[in-house]
Amino acid sequence: MNQGFTVPKFRLPGFVAAVGAKLPQWPHALALVAGLNLAVKMRLLPEDSLNTLEDRLFRVRVRDTGGEAAFTYRGGLFRPVFRPGREPDLAFAANLSAFLQLLNRQEDPDTLFFNRELEITGDTELGLVVKNMLDAVEWPSLPRLPLARR
Amino acid sequence: MSAPAAPLPALVCPAGSLPALKAAVDNGADAVYLGFKNDTNARNFAGLNFDPKTMADGIRYAHGKGCEVLLAINTFPQAGRVDAWRRAVDAAADLGVDAIILADVGLLDYACRRHPGQRLHLSVQGSATSYEAINFAHREFGVRRAVLPRVLTLAQVEHVIRNTPVEIEVFGFGSLCVMNEGRCWLSSYACGESPNTVGACSPAKYVKWDKQPGAMETRLNGILIDRFGDDEPAGYPTLCKGRFQVQGETYYALEEPTSLNVLSILPDIVKIGVRAIKVEGRQRSPAYVTQVTRTLRAALDALASDGERYHVKPNWQAELAKVSEGNQATLGAYNRPWR
Repeated sequence: MNQGFTVPKFRLPGFVAAVGAKLPQWPHALALVAGLNLAVKMRLLPEDSLNTLEDRLFRVRVRDTGGEAAFTYRGGLFRPVFRPGREPDLAFAANLSAFLQLLNRQEDPDTLFFNRELEITGDTELGLVVKNMLDAVEWPSLPRLPLARR
Repeated sequence: MSAPAAPLPALVCPAGSLPALKAAVDNGADAVYLGFKNDTNARNFAGLNFDPKTMADGIRYAHGKGCEVLLAINTFPQAGRVDAWRRAVDAAADLGVDAIILADVGLLDYACRRHPGQRLHLSVQGSATSYEAINFAHREFGVRRAVLPRVLTLAQVEHVIRNTPVEIEVFGFGSLCVMNEGRCWLSSYACGESPNTVGACSPAKYVKWDKQPGAMETRLNGILIDRFGDDEPAGYPTLCKGRFQVQGETYYALEEPTSLNVLSILPDIVKIGVRAIKVEGRQRSPAYVTQVTRTLRAALDALASDGERYHVKPNWQAELAKVSEGNQATLGAYNRPWR
Protein backbone atom coordinates (compact mmCIF):
# COMPACT_ATOMS: atom_id res chain seq x y z
CA MET A 1 0.00 0.00 0.00
CA ASN A 2 2.98 2.30 0.45
CA GLN A 3 4.11 2.27 -3.15
CA GLY A 4 5.04 5.64 -4.47
CA PHE A 5 4.88 7.95 -1.48
CA THR A 6 6.55 8.30 1.87
CA VAL A 7 5.35 9.89 5.08
CA PRO A 8 8.23 11.91 6.53
CA LYS A 9 8.90 11.99 10.25
CA PHE A 10 7.66 15.30 11.58
CA ARG A 11 6.41 16.87 14.74
CA LEU A 12 3.79 19.58 14.82
CA PRO A 13 4.62 22.69 16.87
CA GLY A 14 3.59 22.71 20.52
CA PHE A 15 0.81 25.24 20.14
CA VAL A 16 -1.13 22.85 17.88
CA ALA A 17 -1.54 20.38 20.73
CA ALA A 18 -2.38 23.19 23.14
CA VAL A 19 -5.17 24.39 20.86
CA GLY A 20 -6.19 20.90 19.72
CA ALA A 21 -6.74 19.66 23.24
CA LYS A 22 -9.29 22.42 23.79
CA LEU A 23 -11.30 21.54 20.66
CA PRO A 24 -14.17 19.08 20.82
CA GLN A 25 -12.85 15.50 20.55
CA TRP A 26 -15.94 13.80 19.13
CA PRO A 27 -15.07 14.35 15.44
CA HIS A 28 -11.88 12.25 15.85
CA ALA A 29 -13.81 9.42 17.46
CA LEU A 30 -16.50 9.50 14.76
CA ALA A 31 -13.97 9.52 11.91
CA LEU A 32 -11.92 6.68 13.42
CA VAL A 33 -14.96 4.55 14.16
CA ALA A 34 -16.33 5.12 10.64
CA GLY A 35 -13.04 3.94 9.14
CA LEU A 36 -12.92 0.85 11.34
CA ASN A 37 -16.55 -0.02 10.58
CA LEU A 38 -15.82 0.28 6.87
CA ALA A 39 -13.07 -2.32 7.37
CA VAL A 40 -15.53 -4.54 9.28
CA LYS A 41 -18.12 -4.19 6.53
CA MET A 42 -15.55 -5.09 3.88
CA ARG A 43 -14.67 -8.17 5.99
CA LEU A 44 -11.05 -7.06 6.17
CA LEU A 45 -10.80 -7.80 9.89
CA PRO A 46 -10.70 -11.46 10.93
CA GLU A 47 -13.70 -12.51 13.04
CA ASP A 48 -11.75 -14.41 15.70
CA SER A 49 -9.72 -11.28 16.46
CA LEU A 50 -12.81 -9.04 16.44
CA ASN A 51 -14.50 -11.29 19.00
CA THR A 52 -11.73 -10.60 21.51
CA LEU A 53 -12.41 -6.84 21.23
CA GLU A 54 -16.03 -7.14 22.44
CA ASP A 55 -16.88 -4.48 25.06
CA ARG A 56 -13.23 -3.43 25.53
CA LEU A 57 -12.48 0.27 25.77
CA PHE A 58 -9.79 1.74 23.47
CA ARG A 59 -8.17 5.17 23.35
CA VAL A 60 -6.04 6.66 20.60
CA ARG A 61 -4.19 9.87 21.45
CA VAL A 62 -2.32 11.96 18.89
CA ARG A 63 0.28 13.74 21.01
CA ASP A 64 1.16 16.63 18.75
CA THR A 65 -2.38 17.50 17.66
CA GLY A 66 -3.92 17.13 21.11
CA GLY A 67 -6.59 14.92 19.56
CA GLU A 68 -8.00 11.96 21.41
CA ALA A 69 -10.59 9.33 20.49
CA ALA A 70 -12.17 6.64 22.66
CA PHE A 71 -14.21 3.79 21.24
CA THR A 72 -15.41 0.30 21.88
CA TYR A 73 -16.56 -2.70 19.83
CA ARG A 74 -20.00 -4.14 20.49
CA GLY A 75 -22.39 -6.29 18.50
CA GLY A 76 -20.34 -6.29 15.32
CA LEU A 77 -19.67 -2.53 15.21
CA PHE A 78 -17.09 -0.08 16.52
CA ARG A 79 -18.82 2.66 18.53
CA PRO A 80 -17.45 5.98 19.76
CA VAL A 81 -17.37 6.56 23.51
CA PHE A 82 -17.62 10.27 24.28
CA ARG A 83 -17.34 10.15 28.06
CA PRO A 84 -15.32 7.04 28.87
CA GLY A 85 -15.54 7.42 32.68
CA ARG A 86 -12.82 4.82 33.20
CA GLU A 87 -9.30 4.01 32.08
CA PRO A 88 -9.21 2.29 28.68
CA ASP A 89 -8.30 -1.39 28.39
CA LEU A 90 -5.81 -0.42 25.71
CA ALA A 91 -4.35 2.97 24.83
CA PHE A 92 -2.11 4.11 21.96
CA ALA A 93 -0.28 7.44 21.94
CA ALA A 94 2.07 8.79 19.27
CA ASN A 95 2.71 11.83 17.11
CA LEU A 96 0.64 12.22 13.95
CA SER A 97 3.58 11.29 11.69
CA ALA A 98 4.06 7.96 13.49
CA PHE A 99 0.38 7.06 13.12
CA LEU A 100 0.48 7.95 9.41
CA GLN A 101 3.66 5.90 8.93
CA LEU A 102 1.94 2.94 10.60
CA LEU A 103 -1.19 3.31 8.46
CA ASN A 104 0.99 3.55 5.37
CA ARG A 105 2.85 0.33 6.39
CA GLN A 106 6.02 2.33 6.15
CA GLU A 107 7.21 1.72 9.69
CA ASP A 108 6.98 -1.36 11.86
CA PRO A 109 5.06 -0.87 15.14
CA ASP A 110 7.73 -2.77 17.09
CA THR A 111 10.37 -0.39 15.70
CA LEU A 112 8.34 2.65 16.75
CA PHE A 113 7.69 1.06 20.13
CA PHE A 114 11.40 0.27 20.74
CA ASN A 115 12.25 3.83 19.76
CA ARG A 116 9.58 5.12 22.13
CA GLU A 117 7.73 6.87 19.32
CA LEU A 118 4.64 4.73 19.93
CA GLU A 119 3.29 4.25 23.42
CA ILE A 120 1.06 1.28 24.17
CA THR A 121 -0.44 0.94 27.64
CA GLY A 122 -3.02 -1.36 29.17
CA ASP A 123 -3.76 -4.99 28.30
CA THR A 124 -0.66 -6.16 26.40
CA GLU A 125 -2.31 -9.20 24.86
CA LEU A 126 -5.20 -7.08 23.59
CA GLY A 127 -2.59 -4.74 22.09
CA LEU A 128 -0.99 -7.66 20.29
CA VAL A 129 -4.37 -8.79 18.92
CA VAL A 130 -5.04 -5.29 17.56
CA LYS A 131 -1.53 -4.93 16.11
CA ASN A 132 -1.63 -8.31 14.42
CA MET A 133 -5.20 -7.74 13.21
CA LEU A 134 -4.20 -4.50 11.49
CA ASP A 135 -1.00 -6.11 10.12
CA ALA A 136 -3.10 -8.91 8.57
CA VAL A 137 -5.50 -6.55 6.76
CA GLU A 138 -5.21 -6.64 3.00
CA TRP A 139 -6.09 -3.04 2.16
CA PRO A 140 -7.65 -3.29 -1.29
CA SER A 141 -9.03 0.08 -2.27
CA LEU A 142 -8.85 2.47 0.64
CA PRO A 143 -8.10 5.99 -0.51
CA ARG A 144 -4.41 6.86 -0.52
CA LEU A 145 -3.10 9.41 1.91
CA PRO A 146 -2.86 12.70 0.10
CA LEU A 147 0.13 13.63 2.25
CA ALA A 148 3.63 13.95 0.82
CA ARG A 149 2.77 12.20 -2.44
CA ARG A 150 5.78 12.07 -4.71
CA MET B 1 41.20 -18.31 -13.25
CA SER B 2 39.43 -18.18 -9.94
CA ALA B 3 37.47 -21.11 -8.54
CA PRO B 4 33.80 -21.23 -9.49
CA ALA B 5 31.75 -19.06 -7.16
CA ALA B 6 29.73 -20.81 -4.45
CA PRO B 7 26.00 -20.79 -5.18
CA LEU B 8 24.12 -17.90 -3.62
CA PRO B 9 22.25 -19.01 -0.48
CA ALA B 10 18.47 -18.90 -0.50
CA LEU B 11 16.98 -15.91 1.33
CA VAL B 12 14.39 -17.25 3.79
CA CYS B 13 12.03 -14.59 5.15
CA PRO B 14 9.39 -14.54 7.91
CA ALA B 15 5.65 -14.29 7.33
CA GLY B 16 3.27 -13.81 10.26
CA SER B 17 0.41 -12.70 8.03
CA LEU B 18 -0.64 -12.72 4.39
CA PRO B 19 0.51 -9.11 3.78
CA ALA B 20 3.89 -9.97 5.34
CA LEU B 21 4.16 -13.03 3.07
CA LYS B 22 3.41 -10.92 0.01
CA ALA B 23 5.94 -8.32 1.17
CA ALA B 24 8.61 -11.03 1.42
CA VAL B 25 7.78 -12.53 -1.98
CA ASP B 26 7.57 -9.13 -3.71
CA ASN B 27 10.87 -7.93 -2.25
CA GLY B 28 13.00 -10.87 -3.31
CA ALA B 29 12.70 -13.73 -0.81
CA ASP B 30 13.57 -17.16 -2.24
CA ALA B 31 11.47 -18.79 0.48
CA VAL B 32 9.03 -17.71 3.18
CA TYR B 33 8.42 -19.53 6.44
CA LEU B 34 5.14 -19.44 8.31
CA GLY B 35 2.98 -21.28 10.84
CA PHE B 36 -0.54 -22.31 11.71
CA LYS B 37 -2.68 -20.26 14.12
CA ASN B 38 -2.00 -22.57 17.09
CA ASP B 39 0.67 -23.83 19.49
CA THR B 40 2.33 -26.09 16.92
CA ASN B 41 4.64 -23.18 16.05
CA ALA B 42 6.97 -21.09 18.19
CA ARG B 43 5.34 -17.75 17.30
CA ASN B 44 1.92 -18.60 18.66
CA PHE B 45 0.89 -14.98 19.32
CA ALA B 46 -2.66 -13.67 19.48
CA GLY B 47 -3.88 -12.67 16.02
CA LEU B 48 -0.72 -13.84 14.24
CA ASN B 49 -0.25 -16.62 11.66
CA PHE B 50 -2.41 -18.32 9.06
CA ASP B 51 -5.85 -19.93 9.10
CA PRO B 52 -6.56 -22.58 6.41
CA LYS B 53 -7.84 -20.01 3.90
CA THR B 54 -5.04 -17.45 4.24
CA MET B 55 -2.53 -20.33 4.25
CA ALA B 56 -3.85 -21.63 0.92
CA ASP B 57 -3.91 -18.07 -0.51
CA GLY B 58 -0.35 -17.48 0.70
CA ILE B 59 1.02 -20.71 -0.76
CA ARG B 60 -0.66 -19.96 -4.09
CA TYR B 61 0.77 -16.44 -4.13
CA ALA B 62 4.30 -17.55 -3.27
CA HIS B 63 4.36 -20.48 -5.69
CA GLY B 64 2.91 -18.29 -8.44
CA LYS B 65 6.01 -16.11 -8.12
CA GLY B 66 8.52 -18.94 -7.79
CA CYS B 67 8.99 -18.56 -4.04
CA GLU B 68 9.18 -21.63 -1.76
CA VAL B 69 6.98 -22.04 1.31
CA LEU B 70 8.40 -23.61 4.47
CA LEU B 71 5.97 -24.44 7.26
CA ALA B 72 7.24 -24.36 10.84
CA ILE B 73 5.86 -26.96 13.25
CA ASN B 74 8.67 -26.27 15.65
CA THR B 75 7.24 -26.69 19.14
CA PHE B 76 7.25 -29.92 21.13
CA PRO B 77 4.08 -32.08 21.30
CA GLN B 78 2.63 -31.85 24.80
CA ALA B 79 1.58 -34.84 26.85
CA GLY B 80 -1.87 -36.12 25.87
CA ARG B 81 -2.08 -33.86 22.80
CA VAL B 82 0.39 -35.46 20.39
CA ASP B 83 -2.39 -35.84 17.82
CA ALA B 84 -2.66 -32.07 17.38
CA TRP B 85 0.96 -31.94 16.17
CA ARG B 86 0.53 -34.99 13.93
CA ARG B 87 -2.57 -33.43 12.37
CA ALA B 88 -0.54 -30.27 11.71
CA VAL B 89 2.10 -32.35 9.89
CA ASP B 90 -0.63 -34.06 7.83
CA ALA B 91 -2.21 -30.69 7.00
CA ALA B 92 1.15 -29.27 5.95
CA ALA B 93 1.82 -32.22 3.64
CA ASP B 94 -1.69 -31.91 2.14
CA LEU B 95 -1.15 -28.18 1.52
CA GLY B 96 1.84 -28.94 -0.67
CA VAL B 97 4.42 -26.86 1.18
CA ASP B 98 7.98 -27.20 -0.05
CA ALA B 99 9.27 -28.27 3.36
CA ILE B 100 8.12 -28.76 6.94
CA ILE B 101 10.41 -27.38 9.64
CA LEU B 102 10.34 -29.74 12.64
CA ALA B 103 12.13 -29.77 16.00
CA ASP B 104 10.82 -32.86 17.81
CA VAL B 105 12.40 -36.24 16.93
CA GLY B 106 9.12 -38.09 17.54
CA LEU B 107 7.39 -35.81 15.07
CA LEU B 108 10.25 -36.15 12.57
CA ASP B 109 9.82 -39.92 12.82
CA TYR B 110 6.05 -39.61 12.25
CA ALA B 111 6.49 -37.23 9.31
CA CYS B 112 9.07 -39.32 7.45
CA ARG B 113 7.05 -42.52 7.82
CA ARG B 114 3.64 -41.03 7.09
CA HIS B 115 4.73 -38.68 4.29
CA PRO B 116 7.85 -40.26 2.78
CA GLY B 117 8.12 -37.80 -0.12
CA GLN B 118 7.84 -34.70 2.06
CA ARG B 119 10.96 -32.58 2.39
CA LEU B 120 11.86 -32.07 6.08
CA HIS B 121 14.05 -29.41 7.69
CA LEU B 122 15.45 -29.59 11.21
CA SER B 123 14.35 -26.48 13.13
CA VAL B 124 16.73 -24.31 15.12
CA GLN B 125 14.55 -25.35 18.07
CA GLY B 126 15.86 -28.89 17.52
CA SER B 127 19.10 -27.48 18.92
CA ALA B 128 21.47 -29.50 16.73
CA THR B 129 24.87 -27.79 16.89
CA SER B 130 27.13 -30.67 15.79
CA TYR B 131 27.38 -32.55 12.51
CA GLU B 132 26.83 -35.78 14.44
CA ALA B 133 23.39 -34.58 15.59
CA ILE B 134 22.53 -33.34 12.10
CA ASN B 135 23.72 -36.55 10.42
CA PHE B 136 21.61 -38.53 12.89
CA ALA B 137 18.53 -36.58 11.77
CA HIS B 138 19.55 -37.18 8.16
CA ARG B 139 20.08 -40.91 8.59
CA GLU B 140 17.00 -41.59 10.69
CA PHE B 141 14.46 -39.16 9.25
CA GLY B 142 15.86 -38.07 5.89
CA VAL B 143 16.26 -34.44 7.00
CA ARG B 144 17.50 -32.39 4.04
CA ARG B 145 18.31 -29.10 5.74
CA ALA B 146 19.20 -28.03 9.28
CA VAL B 147 18.90 -24.55 10.77
CA LEU B 148 21.86 -23.93 13.07
CA PRO B 149 21.41 -22.38 16.51
CA ARG B 150 23.08 -18.98 16.84
CA VAL B 151 25.85 -20.23 19.11
CA LEU B 152 28.50 -21.29 16.61
CA THR B 153 31.47 -19.34 15.29
CA LEU B 154 31.86 -19.12 11.53
CA ALA B 155 34.71 -21.65 11.72
CA GLN B 156 32.44 -24.05 13.58
CA VAL B 157 29.69 -23.57 10.99
CA GLU B 158 32.21 -24.42 8.28
CA HIS B 159 33.28 -27.53 10.21
CA VAL B 160 29.65 -28.70 10.33
CA ILE B 161 29.16 -28.05 6.61
CA ARG B 162 32.27 -30.08 5.66
CA ASN B 163 31.03 -33.08 7.57
CA THR B 164 27.40 -33.38 6.55
CA PRO B 165 25.42 -33.95 3.36
CA VAL B 166 22.59 -31.89 4.92
CA GLU B 167 22.09 -28.33 3.66
CA ILE B 168 22.91 -25.76 6.33
CA GLU B 169 20.78 -22.68 7.03
CA VAL B 170 21.99 -19.91 9.35
CA PHE B 171 20.43 -16.76 10.75
CA GLY B 172 21.35 -13.58 8.92
CA PHE B 173 19.31 -10.90 10.61
CA GLY B 174 16.98 -10.37 13.55
CA SER B 175 16.59 -9.92 17.27
CA LEU B 176 18.97 -11.96 19.37
CA CYS B 177 18.02 -13.71 22.58
CA VAL B 178 20.26 -15.85 24.80
CA MET B 179 20.27 -18.20 21.79
CA ASN B 180 19.89 -21.35 23.81
CA GLU B 181 17.33 -22.32 21.21
CA GLY B 182 15.12 -25.26 22.05
CA ARG B 183 16.65 -25.52 25.51
CA CYS B 184 15.72 -22.19 27.06
CA TRP B 185 13.39 -22.24 30.09
CA LEU B 186 13.74 -18.63 31.23
CA SER B 187 10.21 -17.82 30.11
CA SER B 188 8.86 -20.86 31.97
CA TYR B 189 10.75 -19.75 35.08
CA ALA B 190 8.82 -16.48 35.05
CA CYS B 191 5.43 -17.55 33.63
CA GLY B 192 5.28 -21.33 33.51
CA GLU B 193 5.06 -21.11 29.72
CA SER B 194 7.79 -21.09 27.07
CA PRO B 195 8.29 -21.45 23.30
CA ASN B 196 8.74 -25.21 23.59
CA THR B 197 5.50 -25.74 25.49
CA VAL B 198 2.99 -23.10 24.30
CA GLY B 199 4.77 -21.62 21.31
CA ALA B 200 5.54 -18.22 22.83
CA CYS B 201 8.37 -16.71 24.83
CA SER B 202 7.11 -14.40 27.59
CA PRO B 203 3.45 -14.57 26.42
CA ALA B 204 1.73 -11.18 26.18
CA LYS B 205 -0.85 -11.95 28.85
CA TYR B 206 1.95 -11.90 31.43
CA VAL B 207 3.43 -8.61 30.20
CA LYS B 208 2.61 -5.26 31.75
CA TRP B 209 3.98 -1.95 30.45
CA ASP B 210 3.51 0.43 33.35
CA LYS B 211 3.78 4.15 32.69
CA GLN B 212 5.33 5.99 35.62
CA PRO B 213 6.29 9.67 35.80
CA GLY B 214 9.50 9.95 33.75
CA ALA B 215 9.84 6.21 33.16
CA MET B 216 8.16 3.08 31.92
CA GLU B 217 8.34 -0.18 33.87
CA THR B 218 8.08 -3.59 32.27
CA ARG B 219 6.82 -6.49 34.32
CA LEU B 220 6.64 -10.14 33.34
CA ASN B 221 4.18 -12.01 35.55
CA GLY B 222 4.86 -9.41 38.23
CA ILE B 223 8.66 -9.62 37.97
CA LEU B 224 10.22 -6.23 37.26
CA ILE B 225 12.22 -6.73 34.03
CA ASP B 226 13.34 -3.22 33.24
CA ARG B 227 12.70 0.47 33.76
CA PHE B 228 13.18 2.78 30.77
CA GLY B 229 13.68 6.53 30.99
CA ASP B 230 11.56 8.55 28.55
CA ASP B 231 14.42 8.83 26.05
CA GLU B 232 15.75 5.30 26.40
CA PRO B 233 14.99 2.67 23.75
CA ALA B 234 12.82 -0.22 24.94
CA GLY B 235 13.32 -3.95 24.30
CA TYR B 236 11.19 -7.08 24.24
CA PRO B 237 9.89 -7.94 27.72
CA THR B 238 11.89 -11.14 28.21
CA LEU B 239 13.95 -12.17 31.24
CA CYS B 240 17.12 -12.46 29.14
CA LYS B 241 16.89 -8.78 28.15
CA GLY B 242 16.12 -7.42 31.59
CA ARG B 243 18.25 -5.15 33.72
CA PHE B 244 18.76 -6.57 37.18
CA GLN B 245 20.48 -5.64 40.39
CA VAL B 246 23.53 -7.82 40.83
CA GLN B 247 25.72 -7.16 43.85
CA GLY B 248 24.61 -3.56 44.09
CA GLU B 249 24.86 -2.77 40.38
CA THR B 250 21.94 -2.58 37.94
CA TYR B 251 22.71 -3.71 34.39
CA TYR B 252 21.86 -6.17 31.61
CA ALA B 253 22.94 -9.18 33.62
CA LEU B 254 22.22 -11.71 30.86
CA GLU B 255 22.48 -9.75 27.61
CA GLU B 256 21.77 -6.38 26.10
CA PRO B 257 18.97 -6.10 23.51
CA THR B 258 20.71 -6.39 20.14
CA SER B 259 20.11 -7.59 16.62
CA LEU B 260 22.20 -9.93 14.54
CA ASN B 261 23.37 -8.49 11.21
CA VAL B 262 25.70 -10.51 8.97
CA LEU B 263 26.05 -8.09 6.02
CA SER B 264 29.74 -7.51 6.75
CA ILE B 265 30.58 -11.25 6.69
CA LEU B 266 28.21 -12.23 3.88
CA PRO B 267 31.07 -13.22 1.51
CA ASP B 268 32.48 -15.60 4.15
CA ILE B 269 29.07 -17.13 4.80
CA VAL B 270 28.63 -17.84 1.10
CA LYS B 271 32.21 -19.08 0.67
CA ILE B 272 31.91 -21.77 3.35
CA GLY B 273 28.83 -23.18 1.62
CA VAL B 274 25.86 -22.01 3.66
CA ARG B 275 22.77 -22.87 1.58
CA ALA B 276 20.18 -20.58 3.15
CA ILE B 277 20.09 -17.40 5.19
CA LYS B 278 17.18 -16.88 7.54
CA VAL B 279 15.63 -13.63 8.69
CA GLU B 280 14.09 -13.70 12.17
CA GLY B 281 10.76 -12.01 12.90
CA ARG B 282 7.43 -13.67 12.15
CA GLN B 283 6.02 -11.47 14.92
CA ARG B 284 7.03 -8.30 13.07
CA SER B 285 4.85 -6.33 10.67
CA PRO B 286 4.82 -6.27 6.84
CA ALA B 287 6.85 -3.02 7.00
CA TYR B 288 9.74 -4.83 8.73
CA VAL B 289 9.58 -7.74 6.29
CA THR B 290 9.69 -5.32 3.35
CA GLN B 291 12.69 -3.40 4.70
CA VAL B 292 14.78 -6.41 5.71
CA THR B 293 14.00 -8.57 2.66
CA ARG B 294 14.74 -5.73 0.26
CA THR B 295 18.06 -4.98 1.95
CA LEU B 296 19.34 -8.57 2.15
CA ARG B 297 18.24 -9.21 -1.45
CA ALA B 298 20.24 -6.19 -2.57
CA ALA B 299 23.28 -7.39 -0.61
CA LEU B 300 23.11 -10.94 -1.98
CA ASP B 301 22.66 -9.68 -5.53
CA ALA B 302 25.57 -7.28 -5.10
CA LEU B 303 27.72 -10.17 -3.88
CA ALA B 304 26.74 -12.23 -6.92
CA SER B 305 27.62 -9.46 -9.35
CA ASP B 306 30.55 -7.76 -7.58
CA GLY B 307 32.30 -10.82 -6.13
CA GLU B 308 35.39 -9.76 -4.24
CA ARG B 309 34.58 -6.11 -4.74
CA TYR B 310 31.51 -6.57 -2.52
CA HIS B 311 31.23 -3.96 0.18
CA VAL B 312 28.44 -3.10 2.60
CA LYS B 313 26.55 -0.01 1.47
CA PRO B 314 25.75 2.56 4.16
CA ASN B 315 22.08 2.71 3.17
CA TRP B 316 21.72 -1.06 3.77
CA GLN B 317 23.12 -0.65 7.28
CA ALA B 318 20.89 2.37 7.91
CA GLU B 319 17.79 0.49 6.79
CA LEU B 320 18.59 -2.50 9.00
CA ALA B 321 19.68 -0.39 11.98
CA LYS B 322 16.28 1.30 11.95
CA VAL B 323 14.37 -1.93 12.52
CA SER B 324 16.89 -3.42 14.96
CA GLU B 325 15.92 -4.06 18.53
CA GLY B 326 18.10 -2.01 20.85
CA ASN B 327 19.34 -0.02 17.84
CA GLN B 328 22.60 -1.91 17.72
CA ALA B 329 23.73 -4.83 15.66
CA THR B 330 26.35 -7.50 16.26
CA LEU B 331 27.85 -10.49 14.49
CA GLY B 332 26.66 -12.64 17.39
CA ALA B 333 28.74 -15.78 17.86
CA TYR B 334 30.01 -15.84 14.26
CA ASN B 335 33.18 -13.83 14.93
CA ARG B 336 33.75 -14.84 18.54
CA PRO B 337 37.42 -15.62 19.16
CA TRP B 338 36.60 -18.30 21.76
CA ARG B 339 34.46 -21.44 21.45
